[in-house]
Amino acid sequence: MNYEERLQNVSVLGAAGKMGSGILLLTSVELADLSLKPENKGKSFVLNAIDVSDEALTGVMRYLKSQVLKIAEKKIVALRAIYKNRQDLIENSEIIDQYVFDVLSVVRPGTRLEATYESGIIFEAIREDPALKVRIYTQIKENNPNHPWFFTNTSSIPISELDEKAGLGGSIIGFHFYNPPAIQKLVEVIKAKNTLSELEDFALTFAKNLRKIVVPSNDIAGFIGNGHFMRDILYATSQVDLLLKDLSFVEAVYAINKISHEYLIRPMGIFQLIDYVGVDVCSYILSVMNSHLENEELSSTLLNKVLDLGVKGGQYSDGSQKDGFLKYEKGKITGVFDPGKKEYIPVQVIQGKVEEKMGIMPPVLPWKSVVSNPAKEEILKSYFMEIKKSASFGASLTLSYAVNSRQIGLHLVNTKVAFNEKDVNTVLLTGFFHAYGPVNEYVL
Amino acid sequence: MVAGYNTISMGTGRKEFHPKKERPGLEDYIKEAGQGTLKQIGGARYVDECVIGNFMASRFNKQANLAGFFPFIDEGLKGKPAIRVEGACGTGGLALLTGIKSVLAETAEVVLVIGVEVQNTVKAIYGADILAGAGWFKDRKEGHAYFFPGQFSDRAGAYFEKYGRDKTRKAFARWYRNAIENARLCPTAQEYNNTTKDLEACAITEPNGKSFVDHLNVFDCSKVSDGASAIAVVSEEGLKRIGIDKRDAVEIVGWSQVEDDITRKPMEQTELTTFRLAAHEALESAGISADHLGTAEVHDCFTIAGVMAVEAIGLAGIGKGTDFILEGNTARDGKIPINTTGGLIGWGHPTGATGVHQAVTILEQLTGKAGKSQIQITPERPYALSVNMGGNDKTLVAIVYKRG
Ligand SMILES: NC(=O)c1ccc[n+]([C@@H]2O[C@H](COP(=O)([O-])OP(=O)(O)OC[C@H]3O[C@@H](n4cnc5c(N)ncnc54)[C@H](O)[C@@H]3O)[C@@H](O)[C@H]2O)c1
Repeated sequence: MNYEERLQNVSVLGAAGKMGSGILLLTSVELADLSLKPENKGKSFVLNAIDVSDEALTGVMRYLKSQVLKIAEKKIVALRAIYKNRQDLIENSEIIDQYVFDVLSVVRPGTRLEATYESGIIFEAIREDPALKVRIYTQIKENNPNHPWFFTNTSSIPISELDEKAGLGGSIIGFHFYNPPAIQKLVEVIKAKNTLSELEDFALTFAKNLRKIVVPSNDIAGFIGNGHFMRDILYATSQVDLLLKDLSFVEAVYAINKISHEYLIRPMGIFQLIDYVGVDVCSYILSVMNSHLENEELSSTLLNKVLDLGVKGGQYSDGSQKDGFLKYEKGKITGVFDPGKKEYIPVQVIQGKVEEKMGIMPPVLPWKSVVSNPAKEEILKSYFMEIKKSASFGASLTLSYAVNSRQIGLHLVNTKVAFNEKDVNTVLLTGFFHAYGPVNEYVL
Repeated sequence: MVAGYNTISMGTGRKEFHPKKERPGLEDYIKEAGQGTLKQIGGARYVDECVIGNFMASRFNKQANLAGFFPFIDEGLKGKPAIRVEGACGTGGLALLTGIKSVLAETAEVVLVIGVEVQNTVKAIYGADILAGAGWFKDRKEGHAYFFPGQFSDRAGAYFEKYGRDKTRKAFARWYRNAIENARLCPTAQEYNNTTKDLEACAITEPNGKSFVDHLNVFDCSKVSDGASAIAVVSEEGLKRIGIDKRDAVEIVGWSQVEDDITRKPMEQTELTTFRLAAHEALESAGISADHLGTAEVHDCFTIAGVMAVEAIGLAGIGKGTDFILEGNTARDGKIPINTTGGLIGWGHPTGATGVHQAVTILEQLTGKAGKSQIQITPERPYALSVNMGGNDKTLVAIVYKRG
């Protein structure tokens, strides 16, 4: 089977989920584009969108339509060329409508797993539950005569483990999109021990056709992205503990979030990122990673403690942020959760004490003004010089945070999760939108 | 002509503009501009006839029969004759001429002329479909997604080939800079709030044919605008009737209107031949040459049109428009300041209103009422010219003015 034949019947499992819906969007566009190539005339391309509820699938079809419309409007110049022989399509609006129709007609939403039995490729983005994933792979494998290839989006489960437990014989690869898949440029590609080389080649071609940046990562739980993120969380919580000598819990959380956001010039602070991903998801990823790592204890009593109190973060269906460690109003942080009082303490009450403790800091450089600035290197160099020169407590916290982040990066290379430092940096730059990679010279 | 009025040219660039927020409608612009002019001439009772110019409200706003909005402007206009005219982006010029002809035919002493367009009702990509109506619909299928930018990109490509790309693009950038610098002096201009420091550096950005057209970038294009302009076309008798001094009016000393076949491709990609014909006829009918012009308003729907306009008027030889511009002649302190409130690129381009806006700018300049945009008009060069173009060099209106 060549590239196109493989893609003539594809399934996305968990198609109504956060990741699944994005993967569905990208894949439906790729399939439709293939179907519109003159050489593919007459061939059919089918994309099964599978999830457990019809209601959620209806919602996802609506999402798909609105997103494909935007994509069509953006690539109208190319679309006019694609439809040049359709004499009935003259105006942009007619061409755009036709394209939206053509993309949506590739997609077959449904709740029955049987639909996957004819697929050549299966994108899996269901819950991060190894047993469930294995059970579903096994069932598909047993019923699908086409020896389908599995693309799993797992964030933390080693691919080899899934391969072995489901008996896939290497027909699986980690294809780890970042959230949201349609926007984030990065895909971590993770080969299992036995992943078929044709499958790997296909995965790289597919990623290229989706115009993604590929970073290969070794099959070690957490891979590069979560390998850094989870350890960064643990460092942050250990810093909170240290600060408890002089500050209250909410003040300490606020301080570390501010350090990791504003003073490290990141798009958001570490506790905000935990809330964004979900406290439950982070805690779960930690536990999966922990079960696969020797000589290292990855777990956070703090995360588990707030989870027990029902504090979860995550997003509402409209994409707005739910309260977690922090409280949000219209996207702004307005409070910090106090596990003792079981309530949010307003930022105004916390701020003053934290600022006093931080001392006089070099002026904050907004992340936005740095991240795509052509003079970024110079700016960062002199900024960290200032941080190093400053005698304030805040500056020393900032520096040790950055140094620790660097060490995590090096650790990922030393433990062979990443092939090199550059790959670590690429993941943090493109998957987490950091303004600079963790393995850098600024903080030395 | 007297009593000019421009609404704001609304669209990207204006601080008040948010694509997702509700905005004034077609009728609001018509009313504001109409009342603006009526107020200056003492009210609706002095008006004999009304003309409204509009290109595509039928699609942008799903509205036709626009003459019916005159009584909405002022009840005093109820029962008076009114007419709507259309000639794509040359609509405003046709509206002015319709008024002029009524006055010359002595069927009216005072004609209220309005031009209006409200285009931000659709995204640019769909607006391109609508504006493509200025060309022959049978050419639409083979045309570019952005139909008119595509047509003028082809012209720019041909011009590059013939006269050199670098210098031409530099002239485009200078044209853009002049437009924005002028717009910054005019509070109704769409680019009034533009704060870009190095305008020419910004304008020289390489075109990207994959997302737009091959030879032009967005800075080479006129704006997508909502706006209306109004003016009164008045006989000498009419001036007396409304009690306005001649010195506060401009006299129409010459004009021309010419059409070319919409089904034909341009004879020469690097020249605006119909534009040239109109400009020359107008100057001739006024008995003057281009050297007598103190200022001009030209239809710079794209920078390349600006370059070719300078040549078509006869200010520079063929292929020499770029030098003329780069030498600073068209800047506000140059030999002949052009588009002194920003033109279509800086002030904005509410298509059906543009021709009227050109006349209002000239009226203000010649009567010393242009505020911060005011340029000096010398006795040696007391005339002004406006050239309004519909389609790709198809519908042309040129008018020569002088202070009354
Ligand atoms: N959210 C992220 O930031 C992120 C990033 C990278 C990778 N991932 C990984 O992607 C996967 C999905 O995560 P998510 O955040 O999109 O979760 P999610 O809860 O938003 O989506 C999971 C979807 O799977 C569906 N589902 C559950 N069981 C199913 C079954 N048996 N058959 C079909 N559909 C089923 C659910 O109804 C839900 O719609 C996980 O493996 C996760 O680790 C998540």
